[in-house]
Formats: sequence, structure tokens, C-alpha cells
Amino acid sequence: MLQIPCPWCGPRDDNEFHYGGEAHIARPVKASELSDAEWAEYLFLKQNPKGPFTERWSHSAGCRRWFNVVRNTATDEIIEIYPMGELPKSPQGIKAYETNWRRESAAQKNAKAGASDK
Amino acid sequence: MKGSASGMRALKGGSSRYSIFALARNALSYHENWQKAWRSPEPKPEYDVIIVGGGGHGLATAYYLASVHGIRNVAVVEKGWIGGGNTGRNTTIIRSNYLWDESAGIYEHSLKLWEGLSQELNFNVMFSQRGVLTLAHSEHELKEMRRRVEAIRLNGIDSEVMTPAQIKKLVPIIDTAPTLRYPVMGGFIQKRGGTARHDAVAWGYARAADDLGVDIIQNCEVTGILREGGKVTGIETSRGTIRAKKVGCVTAGHSGVVAEMAGLHLPIDSRPLQALVSEPIKPCLDTVIMSNAVHMYISQSDKGELVMGAGVDSYNSYSQRGSLPTVEGLLAAAVELYPIVSRLRVLRTWGGIVDTCPDASPIISKTPLDGLYFNCGWGTGGFKATPGSGHVFAELIAKDEPNRISAPFSLNRFETGYLIDEHGAAGVAH
Ligand SMILES: Cc1cc2nc3c(=O)[nH]c(=O)nc-3n(C[C@H](O)[C@H](O)[C@H](O)COP(=O)(O)OP(=O)(O)OC[C@H]3O[C@@H](n4cnc5c(N)ncnc54)[C@H](O)[C@@H]3O)c2cc1C
Ligand SMILES: [Zn+2]
Repeated sequence: MLQIPCPWCGPRDDNEFHYGGEAHIARPVKASELSDAEWAEYLFLKQNPKGPFTERWSHSAGCRRWFNVVRNTATDEIIEIYPMGELPKSPQGIKAYETNWRRESAAQKNAKAGASDK
Repeated sequence: MKGSASGMRALKGGSSRYSIFALARNALSYHENWQKAWRSPEPKPEYDVIIVGGGGHGLATAYYLASVHGIRNVAVVEKGWIGGGNTGRNTTIIRSNYLWDESAGIYEHSLKLWEGLSQELNFNVMFSQRGVLTLAHSEHELKEMRRRVEAIRLNGIDSEVMTPAQIKKLVPIIDTAPTLRYPVMGGFIQKRGGTARHDAVAWGYARAADDLGVDIIQNCEVTGILREGGKVTGIETSRGTIRAKKVGCVTAGHSGVVAEMAGLHLPIDSRPLQALVSEPIKPCLDTVIMSNAVHMYISQSDKGELVMGAGVDSYNSYSQRGSLPTVEGLLAAAVELYPIVSRLRVLRTWGGIVDTCPDASPIISKTPLDGLYFNCGWGTGGFKATPGSGHVFAELIAKDEPNRISAPFSLNRFETGYLIDEHGAAGVAH
């Protein structure tokens, strides 16, 4: 069983939590300009690494708040918990974040182009 | 069997066919002289085709490459032992009663192959068509079920509605009282569905493939995929480099990891799926029963254990073990529906890592790299597809073109939006 330390409520059994999947996915800004391949990448392609993974959980049967977790998917060890909107600070979390291609996806490039158009 | 196939047998020192006569002959020498079911060769420097992953699907692919397409310079490269992944961990439910035409195509193709598999492989895979019954626990499920039954029959696949009274007669241990929290309101059965012996499927395909010249290389982990100018040229392994013109990856829960070795991303999440067995008891259940609403399914193994399972755990993991709440939920449903279960002890529980796809349908596909193919995304329900999946994947690799059955399952569907949404038929019901 996973025991997850909620930053507000302390360690609780995993069935009190709801899994939110990958964290830090870059979302498109100019969605209408994405190609089909870019849409497919944004909607469907996954990171799914074996090792440290940045992901989101919500304490749905407790305080109902969301937070980020760095977890090693090979061992289920929880390495770090950090607030939504922030970046990981542990060395393994930083590495997982930096190698995450979904934060620098085609969609995000499109978004960057959109921002510089203005 | 083609002429050169028997030549290959002769090469290895005479017929290795299993038969009543072979059994009698070997009994005289106290069964000490059975020849090995397959060789353990050293990897050659180069093959025409390398199959990565020695589960049922990988071994079946190699067998059909050799037997149907005459491609025999083939290696199956497995990081552990063959069948040690999901093939040896699954609960062996076989059926073809899916909703969509594309799924009917692949799963029914597979079911037809199961029906002749023991003879074809000369290996008893213990395919038992004991029927697969799916229960409906609400008015809505009943209506949805009737729709599905008709859709399935339109595809020429057997499917019959059952009333609670008929279900009680077929399954005496079930509680059909209308007072249950989720009462049994009806069900539908595929009588040609059933179970098979998981290990025997891996061993049978391995032995038959080896007999046709395929090298089965165990304890050999693939660590890299070699490429030159958009084309695959081989693999890097824990036992050195092996070159190949074509590489087919069939690594189930590890498909994402292997795809990354080739710089590709897949629409797959790897999740734990658990199952358990009770202590063995006398025969009391001669069919397979599943309930989507209460998330559990049950059958009885030939050893007498009640085999039970549920849906996947909610989070990504490669740890090959799941969470206790999933097991608790499954047992609560089991005790409610089959009260005798409350008196039994759990003998063992285990987990496998399944490759779940957004539309609960598999990927059988070419990739942007020439000569690299993927067969994955079977998630919680690929055991039943083992023969059919291997059969069409072998053709895709041999001809570099999908056939009518495999074409809808290409990676391309995530771009075109032509998804094959089988969540209704595949959620809990493996
Ligand atoms: C608990 C459970 C119950 C299930 N119940 C059912 C059921 O009732 N009916 C049904 O139809 N399906 C069921 N399934 C699903 C089914 O088991 C799978 O879909 C199917 O076995 C996948 O087949 P495979 O041959 O591709 O996978 P596997 O048998 O997992 O084979 C993949 C192989 O690839 C190897 N591999 C991975 N990485 C590498 C590498 N880098 N180098 C070399 N080798 C590698 C692995 O070691 C493994 O042996 C269940 C699964 C589980 C876990
Ligand atoms: Zn909390």
C-alpha cells in the first residue's frame, strides 16, 4: 500500500487520494493552430518513465487539496511533496522535471510563438 | 507443416512430437530422457528479425513469422524468463465479445486460433470453453447489455442474454436475492469463451518456434535500439550488440521504456493490475463470471483455487505490486455475490504491470523508424488475444504492411481521432 503524506493532514492511506497523473504538462495557448500531430501529442502521448516521476495527487477524501509529488515508479518510494504551481527541489525531482519533454512539447512551442506574435 | 519444418526437426535429432506413444516410451525410462522443449542458444551476431519480449505475444509472433512467412532467422530476446511477465500473471479469461467491429475482428480472429491451438502447437494449452458470463446489476446496465449483445451478434459472434433464474441454475454459489446492494438483474454469456493455461501458452509457442529454428534468448535485457538514418539496425543488450533488419517490440508494461530507447513516445500509462487466488476447494464453479458494476470477476482453476481479480490500480507504477484497497474492494464484492467466499482464506495475491491505452484498445503498428514495429497497449486484456496478436503482428513485420485486421490499431489513430473506445467492454472485464 502507498502511504501518502498530505502536506496538510499528514500520512494517510492511498485510498483517501485521487490520482491526477503527470504534472507540469505544457498546455497550448493558440489551440486552433495546433496540427493533428501536435494535438495527438498533447492529448495522448505520455511520459510514463520507470524511475522518478513528477505527478499530481488530491486528498479527495480528506482536505480535498491538490499537491505535486515526486515518486519513483520503479519502487513506489515518495521522494518529495511540493505545492501546486511550484517546481521540485530534490535532486531526483529536478532531474525528472528537466527531462520531462511534455513541459517543452510541440504545443508549448506553439504557445511561445503565439506569445511572441503580440 | 512445410517440408523444411520436418527437416529442422531431423536436424535436432529426431521427432520431438508429444504423443501417447512418446509418453509410454518415456515412462519406461522413468521420464528421465525427455528432450528439452527448446534450446538455450548464444545470440548470433545478426538476425532477420528480433522480437523484444518473450511473453505470449512475442513468442507467438516469432512462431508465426517462421511457420506462416518462412522467416526463421529470428530471435526472441527476453530480459527474464519467458512468460514471467503478464503472461504468467494473468487470470486467463478468453472471449471475443467486444463492442466495436475492429475489436470483434482481432479478438474473434484470436478465439478461432485458440480453438485449434493445442493441435497446431502439439502442446496442450488447456483451452477450456467453459463460457464467460457478464452480470448486469442495474436497469441501465441491463439495457446497455442488450445493445452490446446485439452488436456482438451482428458481427457473427455468439452471445446470449440470461435471466437471474438461469444464472442461479448455472452458478449455484451466486446470491441472486433482489435485496443485495447490487442485485443480479441479468447477464449475458459467450459460451465459446473460457480459459487456458497461461504458462502452457508461452511454453507451447516457444517449443514450436524453437522447432522451426527461432532462437529464444532468455536473461538478456534490451538496453538500446540502434538506428542509422531513420532505420533500425539492431539492439544493444546486456549480452552485447545484436544486429537485425527488423525489430518488433512486444514488452507490455515496459513498452514506454523501450520506445524511449528509440526516441519515441507512446500513448501508454503503465499501471499495476492485481489478482488473487483462494485456497483450493472442490469444484463449485465451471464458468467465468464478471461484474463491471462491483469491480470483480471470478473463476475456478483446475487445481480448485478460486481465481479473482478487479480493475487496475489508479497510479502509474512498475513495482509489480498494487495497493491493498483494491484487494479489499474486490473481496467485499466477492463475499456479497458469492457468500461461500467469506469462509475461504486467500492463498496468494500478486500484480503485473499492464500497458493501458487511452481507448482501451491495443497498438499494432509501424513506427516513424523504418524496420521498427510495436505491439502493445493490450492493458488488462491481452492474454485472450495472444494467438491473433502474434499472427497479425508477424504479417505486419514480414510484409511491412498491416492487414485488414491490424490496420485499425495503428499508432496513427491518435492523430486521425479514429479511436476504438472499448472502456465499456474492457474496464474490469479482462
Ligand atoms: C493480474 C492480471 C490479470 C490479467 N487477466 C487477464 C485476463 O483474464 N484475460 C486477458 O485476456 N488478459 C489478462 N491480463 C492481461 C494480459 O496478461 C496481458 O495483456 C498480456 O499477457 C500481454 O502479453 P505480452 O506477451 O505482451 O506481455 P508479457 O507476458 O508481459 O511479456 C512482455 C515481456 O517483455 C519482457 N521485457 C520487458 N522489457 C524488456 C527489455 N528491455 N528487454 C527484454 N525483454 C523485456 C518482459 O520481461 C516480459 O516477459 C491480465 C494481466 C494481469 C497483470
Ligand atoms: Zn489532506
